[in-house]
Amino acid sequence: MDFFSDPVLLSRLQFALTAMYHFIFVPLSIGLGLIVAIFETKYYRSGKPEDASASRFWIKVFTATFALGVATGITMEFSFGTNWADYARFVGDIFGAPLAAEALLAFFLESVFLGVLLFGRNKVGKKFYLVSAWLVWFGSCLSALWIIIANSWMQTPAGAELSADGTAAILTDFFAAAFNATTIPRYLHTVDSLLIMGAFMALAIGAYYLKKGVHKEFAMRTVRVASVIALVTSCLMIVFAHQSAVVVADEQPTKFAMMEGAYEGEAMPLYALGWVDEESQEVITPFAIPGGTSFLASGTFDKEYPGLNDLAESGMYGDAFTKETIDTLPVNTVFQSYHLMVIMFGLIFITAILALIFTYKKGRIASMRWLQNLVIISPLFPFLAIQAGWVTAEIGRQPWVVYPATSSPDGISLATSDAISLSVSSPELVITVVLFTLIYLFLIVGWARIVIQLIKKGPHMDENESLLFGFGKNKNAVEGASAAQGSFTSQPSSSGKDSE
Amino acid sequence: MTALGILWFALIAILIAGYFVLDGFDLGSGILSPFVAKNDKEKAIVRRAIGPVWDGNEVWLLTAGGALFAAFAPAYATTFSGFYLAIILVLFGLIVRAVSLEYRSHDPKWGKIWDVLFFIGSLLPALLFGVAIGNIYQGIPLDANGDYTGVPLLGLITPFTLVCGLLGLSIFLLQGACWIAQKAPKPSDLQARAAKLRLPLAAVVLVLFAAVTGHALVVTQLDMEPALEVVRWILFALILVAIVVVIVKGKVQSSNDLLPFIAASAIAFLLVALFAASMFPNLVVATAGESITIANAASSDLALTWMTIITCIGLPLVLIYHVIIYRVFRGRITPEDAETY
Repeated sequence: MDFFSDPVLLSRLQFALTAMYHFIFVPLSIGLGLIVAIFETKYYRSGKPEDASASRFWIKVFTATFALGVATGITMEFSFGTNWADYARFVGDIFGAPLAAEALLAFFLESVFLGVLLFGRNKVGKKFYLVSAWLVWFGSCLSALWIIIANSWMQTPAGAELSADGTAAILTDFFAAAFNATTIPRYLHTVDSLLIMGAFMALAIGAYYLKKGVHKEFAMRTVRVASVIALVTSCLMIVFAHQSAVVVADEQPTKFAMMEGAYEGEAMPLYALGWVDEESQEVITPFAIPGGTSFLASGTFDKEYPGLNDLAESGMYGDAFTKETIDTLPVNTVFQSYHLMVIMFGLIFITAILALIFTYKKGRIASMRWLQNLVIISPLFPFLAIQAGWVTAEIGRQPWVVYPATSSPDGISLATSDAISLSVSSPELVITVVLFTLIYLFLIVGWARIVIQLIKKGPHMDENESLLFGFGKNKNAVEGASAAQGSFTSQPSSSGKDSE
Repeated sequence: MTALGILWFALIAILIAGYFVLDGFDLGSGILSPFVAKNDKEKAIVRRAIGPVWDGNEVWLLTAGGALFAAFAPAYATTFSGFYLAIILVLFGLIVRAVSLEYRSHDPKWGKIWDVLFFIGSLLPALLFGVAIGNIYQGIPLDANGDYTGVPLLGLITPFTLVCGLLGLSIFLLQGACWIAQKAPKPSDLQARAAKLRLPLAAVVLVLFAAVTGHALVVTQLDMEPALEVVRWILFALILVAIVVVIVKGKVQSSNDLLPFIAASAIAFLLVALFAASMFPNLVVATAGESITIANAASSDLALTWMTIITCIGLPLVLIYHVIIYRVFRGRITPEDAETY
């Protein structure tokens, strides 16, 4: 039972749990935020009631998701203090500023104008309302920038020096720290993936209605918009993902070697699938393109990259990374998550192309059952790709929490095992890990219920329908009920189920 | 101790005060909801009264947390890890509260569950913030690394910190009662019930405030600079004035429901100011080990300069956003509001 008494592993588990959970909702809300803004713009231009109800529908789905993103985001920010106190002490001079800036410059913007979006349709002018929709989305993209600045500094620290007593990183150059080697490529890579997620979610909802034969016009409008976003963002992803891989190869050689399971230096092959045998230090694979990864990262097939053993022997990482510690590295985990991400991207790309072609080829998607089914399950692809991508980025950085990147200043690195809160004991961590897990499970059930209910109910044309605190919102159930109009009484208990 | 360090001590106090003023009334409304709102319609009005603003109010807490991390990382690390279980309880509260507030009306089948979670989620933070502040003031034992060495959670609960927690809770409740009284339709049962609570709650605040300050003066007197001594007495007097205003103007059939709310908000703001003035220049008082102060915890001047630049850009915008949202949603809730938005 070593695991339950190791505060480092437990702290990592709790952070991973919260971060991965948080990142179920972030991509959906930033991705759908764009869909909301686009549909609201359509309504602003046309003034048609069907556009209004479409926009209203997306706002509802968006808000249900946004609430959970906000709630889990607070946990993220506080966890640097609660669970990573020594990390906070080491990086406070640099890392705290983007978090504060994120709240000040982005969260206020998002939350205030979300209030307008939810409750202000009849209180503000049409133009004000439209601007609010775009500001919510803009705010969420801005918050992503600040948090990627913070995270990228942990990957490739810059603009800092070690304090005189060696216990903290001290800021020397704000712009160098903020726009370090990986900030821009990782920001573009991340935000693009979030937009893909939103587009696929919208596509799937559209395809579901086409399959059920309901809300046909809304469904076609949705797939027309979403399929374009899906393909454009997927094409951009090829560029952004490539840039990200290039900086990892240059700046984080141990992560790069783990991603391809390379123990010995070589021109890196490209694997579609494989299994890293960490004992024998070999990749078992049915198929590999020799030098393929080298080509992707450098443009030539025979560029050699150092393997994990070479990096350990070089002595450049000191005691934190030696021949002995290599055995403890989660090489296969990083390899698998990286390749899962790439495979998922393949599926994303294929789905986006098919959806676009058959949407714009006389709307044939409306009658193609197999394509509808594919599109309905397709949000799973970006979901898995995004989660796997973060696993690659964060576990690939081990054994450090602040990575000693190639271009980083001397001495600016921190081992994960030196970063935890020493005052928090393992039993406390076990308790909180269990409680977080239970709460997260409960809330995701609550979220799924709401979103499924919203989707089943679909967009209505009712001008007076309440957005959030729906009293008698279910038309079918309410029409017969005498208590309906404006009575606020609770609905008949059957109303959730038979709304179709 | 640099000028920038002092500035950031003040700014963090302002952020915390802003949080107590703004989220105070919506946490208070959440706790009061089961007691003043007797049916689903009234509960919906309470939720609608805070619906457009609670999220922005909570961002003040995030900003204060981020600013503490950025400006005084050792204080952030020590308090958040030292109060581990308490902070996690606050987080659980804030999480379930946010979700229940948004989901309640979508989900009538789980209505009871969301109502209970909304209540608990509002109560936990409201009570625990005061306990935390009591501990920071009273002092906690620290080791050489600055880590808390006392008993987890239970070690933080003493008679004094518990009374601090109750003071925090009662002021939030007062703010909540005043908020509902000036947002609910008038005349209505809901409005009358909330208005009736103002007087007794103000009396409770007065008693607990007397207990906390009395104890602080007699038992846990920190070394004070003479200039701050004066400031402290002024703040003390202002708080008493604000409480008296609530008591005098908060009678049930008061014609002006806004004034008691403003006075209650002032109490919350002044209490944080009094706490900050009493702490200065300490951030965390240590009963064993070294106290965390502006001098030994402040970030570098370069970091604080950039933070100040960011604040000069951000804070005016934040204030403008707040003016916008509170103007758009000003006035009492109308029956149409509760149905159509």
